[in-house]
Amino acid sequence: MTGTVLTVTSGKGGVGKTTAIANIGVALAAKGQKVICVDGDIGLRNLDVVMGLENRIVYDLVDVIEGRCRLRQAMIHDKRLPELYLIPAAQTRDKTAISPSDMARLCNDLRTECDWVLIDSPAGIERGFHNAIAGADKIIVITNPEISAVRDADRVIGLVEAEEREAPQLIINRLNPAMVKRGDMLSVDDVLDLLAIKLIGLVPEDENVIVASNRGAPLTLDAKSKAGKAFHNIARRLLGDEVPFDELDTPGLLQRLLGRK
Amino acid sequence: MSNTAALIDIKGIRDGLLVKLGEGGWPALQAALINAIDERQAFFKGARLALDVGGQELRVAELTPLRDLLSDRGIFLWAVLSESSITEQTARNLGMATRLSKPRPPVVRPAAEPGEGEGALWLAHTLRSGTRIEYPGNVVVMGDVNAGAEIVAGGSVVVWGRLRGVVHAGAQGEKGVQVCALELSPTQLRIASEIAVSPKRKGKPQAEIASLKDGAIVAEPWQTKE
Repeated sequence: MTGTVLTVTSGKGGVGKTTAIANIGVALAAKGQKVICVDGDIGLRNLDVVMGLENRIVYDLVDVIEGRCRLRQAMIHDKRLPELYLIPAAQTRDKTAISPSDMARLCNDLRTECDWVLIDSPAGIERGFHNAIAGADKIIVITNPEISAVRDADRVIGLVEAEEREAPQLIINRLNPAMVKRGDMLSVDDVLDLLAIKLIGLVPEDENVIVASNRGAPLTLDAKSKAGKAFHNIARRLLGDEVPFDELDTPGLLQRLLGRK
Repeated sequence: MSNTAALIDIKGIRDGLLVKLGEGGWPALQAALINAIDERQAFFKGARLALDVGGQELRVAELTPLRDLLSDRGIFLWAVLSESSITEQTARNLGMATRLSKPRPPVVRPAAEPGEGEGALWLAHTLRSGTRIEYPGNVVVMGDVNAGAEIVAGGSVVVWGRLRGVVHAGAQGEKGVQVCALELSPTQLRIASEIAVSPKRKGKPQAEIASLKDGAIVAEPWQTKE
């Protein structure tokens, strides 16, 4: 198998990187793909909690890189889906425990094992960020519709472009259609105008995301919620389907988006 | 490696280590550097390294592998010093410093007179947050200047796009320079020693030209003569 390595990053913290990884992972796995999620946030691991696998950790990413275990031993199988795995981060180490070339080598190994390797990047633009993007084939930048998050996303896109990689794609998370309508929140157009990269997902604000994170059951497992549907759409777009951006289902916005093409 | 010493000069400085590379082909220099580091791993481990590459023209394809090689050895490459503007630009793009400490006050020299047809720095892309462009003459940007980006030019600045970052035109004191943009809404605009902040604006953005009038920055809408 030759899988695709996909990194989700943002610059700013708290915009939803980990949630996105867990949910895109679940959505891809639900479509029959073999997915390995890797928590790149060494020292501040969260992905295991969001996926509800924290009590099953034996080995972690640093153990693999330092050769204390084999790759397969560190892969925790999420039993709710046939082929979803997590490689957790080490909690007792920090970003300097691994280097970008360690990550690039690991990604090459992982690629042969699965269809998708999803890497959760830490916040920031330092070592951890460089580690997370080192082996990536595709990069998704996630942002919230607020100025500070968009500013950081812009910086991160600039850094990715500086490395002469494939242009990143964008997820706008936590959109609140009512607030956009009132003019109290940046609209999708405002964000796209500024960042000028291709959109791959719109995720509406949804209280269920927090409930699901706390329960360790990504809400994509049950596709009824709005946000869950949005992540399923992202997964379909990653697999090459043309899915209209109707996640917000506000007719005005939809028309504007269609008018853009 | 017997000639390693001739190629590489290592010095301790306040901010870590300064390594100066001699003349030669880049692959050989890089190999010599890595070799020197591997010979004294304990000395280099955890070091903050500034690299003076002289006139070498390095692009992303050269600098990124070196950064990663050093990073493998626990060395943080934080600055690249060079006489080549290409190398400096690459280093800046990768988020590295290009000066050891604060930049020395710029050498005062007459800025390029607008309209003289002198060469200008041509930037054919959008400047994203975190990018800083310094140039002694005029600067032309085909694209936007996003909030968080900075242009410091000795001469005038023309932005064929939206200007939302910080621009300092006439940075060496030249007062007769202009800043124009299709949408002029900079975070801050400086011309020579004057500073202005864009007023909150309503309505459709229009192309504007800012210049100094009686010691104050004034922006005027651009219009075709009728």
